[in-house]
Amino acid sequence: MENRLTRSRPGRRIDPGKGVVYAVLILGCAITLAPFIWMFLTSMKTQVEAVSIPPSILPRRWNLDAYTTLPDKLPFFRMYWNTILTSLIIVAGQLLLCSVAGYAFGRIRFPGRGFLFILTLSVLMIPSSFLILPQYLIIQRMGLLNTLHAIYLPNLFSAFGTFLMRQFFMSIPQELEDAARIDGCGHGRIYLRIMLPLIKPGLVSLGVLTLRFAWNNLMWPMIVNTEKAKMTLSAGLSYLQGQYITDYPSIMAGALLATIPLIIVYAIFQRQFIEGIALTGIK
Amino acid sequence: MTVRTRITRQKRIDWCWGYGMILPLLAGLGVFYFYPVFKVFRDSLYNVGAFNRSTWAGLGNYVKMFNDQVMWRSLGNTMMYAVIIIPLTVILALVLAALLNTKIKGRDVFRVIYFIPTVTMAAAIAMVWRWIFNGDFGILNHLVKLFGGQPQYWLSDESTALLCISIVSVWMGVGYNMIILLAGIQGISSAYYEAAELEGAGKIRQFFSITIPLVSPTIFFVMITTVISTLQIFDVIYMMIPTKSLAMSYVQSVVMYFYRNAFELSAKGYASAIAVLLFVIIMLLTLFQMRLQKRWVHYD
Repeated sequence: MENRLTRSRPGRRIDPGKGVVYAVLILGCAITLAPFIWMFLTSMKTQVEAVSIPPSILPRRWNLDAYTTLPDKLPFFRMYWNTILTSLIIVAGQLLLCSVAGYAFGRIRFPGRGFLFILTLSVLMIPSSFLILPQYLIIQRMGLLNTLHAIYLPNLFSAFGTFLMRQFFMSIPQELEDAARIDGCGHGRIYLRIMLPLIKPGLVSLGVLTLRFAWNNLMWPMIVNTEKAKMTLSAGLSYLQGQYITDYPSIMAGALLATIPLIIVYAIFQRQFIEGIALTGIK
Repeated sequence: MTVRTRITRQKRIDWCWGYGMILPLLAGLGVFYFYPVFKVFRDSLYNVGAFNRSTWAGLGNYVKMFNDQVMWRSLGNTMMYAVIIIPLTVILALVLAALLNTKIKGRDVFRVIYFIPTVTMAAAIAMVWRWIFNGDFGILNHLVKLFGGQPQYWLSDESTALLCISIVSVWMGVGYNMIILLAGIQGISSAYYEAAELEGAGKIRQFFSITIPLVSPTIFFVMITTVISTLQIFDVIYMMIPTKSLAMSYVQSVVMYFYRNAFELSAKGYASAIAVLLFVIIMLLTLFQMRLQKRWVHYD
């Protein structure tokens, strides 16, 4: 009883409850960051030092060998480029296709709209690994195995993105559209000039989510492209690990280089990233 | 009369725009999503051999699946993953979100740090964890020895391998769910907490009586997505355990077994049957959760 009274009184005393909160949060941060730190430290060691017993925490001598020799083991720059290019195509393609279709579903009346929208939504119920085998066979039949087209093609079309865009378009008041109509704007103009700028938060959310997916995707790029020069980073890492099983510094250097770009992008767009992810949880 | 024709003309134009704008999407979904659904069901009834030549198998693949010990083991492993990963991920995410919603210094820094695993590549981070868990040179065993424990071959021992993979999955999944839950918690009106404060309810009481019920729709959303992704666990297993090692059987998930049949053993018909089973399981579990939500999810 006493305790409760003193706690609610405004003062500069440290609340013991707060101490626990900080302790838990800091412990959580340590667990979150530890693997990244260990990845970095290992990548700076020599192969001999990495497997010494007992392990050294800090490298005895900091060296960049693991980084400088990486291009000999793996066409790393090529893979970087493949990942950047396919990720950008997937993001741009989804933003375009989903926003255009989302506009039609949200703002235009036409026969069969309800049915076609439900049909689109039904895709959401299908687990992605369910589709991967026939998608592979289709890409194979198109003669696109071991090309960059294979990586982005099926991922340009997103039912989820369309749904998200439609929700955003529907939230825009009808008066705006009516006013534009009176000024003689057609749907193309309304979509491009009026609606698109207004749904920017939605576009950012979808872009962020899609980038995260495209950059990190493993199974699909791995099965469609088996040629090293056509691999993305995640598939390349799996190859690296398979070939240089005990070259831990190189593996860690590769892992670090593959994750860093998205961490930098995230650091820059941190607010948009978090809002983007959060928006998708809102029903 | 002229007004009517003008309206219908406008309507026609609208229809053209409508169909034109959804056509590219629907064409793509048709080729890469709708046709494949049909194809998986069809292929599951065939034996698909080399050069994709297929012969009718009837329910043969399903009968084979039913008698396949490896398949049952994979299914059991997947359920173990679900049992370990889903509650841990959701509870940790919820607790962290609640803690980050309090007035503390450095809240933004914590938010940024906790979110980092979410943007990193599963493939890369799984390799790091594999290195940490390494039985001979791993840092974990070094720490265990420092504290007087018994070093282990964490990833090749039947009793620990699945648990290690689960821990890594939880580690990767918490940040993402935390952000979604945090958005939900921030939407709760502070009036509830103020009222509770006046009534003398402590923070823990407030968490259980206010936060959890009011954020339950978001928890439900997080549960559904976590269940779906956990049942399809693949990346972490693939990157942490060598495919041909004995340990693979201890940790193999349904999707992993599907992958090996489809792309390593080239048993595409059988793989399709596995995919159908997975689809049905996910569907049933989602429907089950939808049913159950009436019991605990509060919508305003």
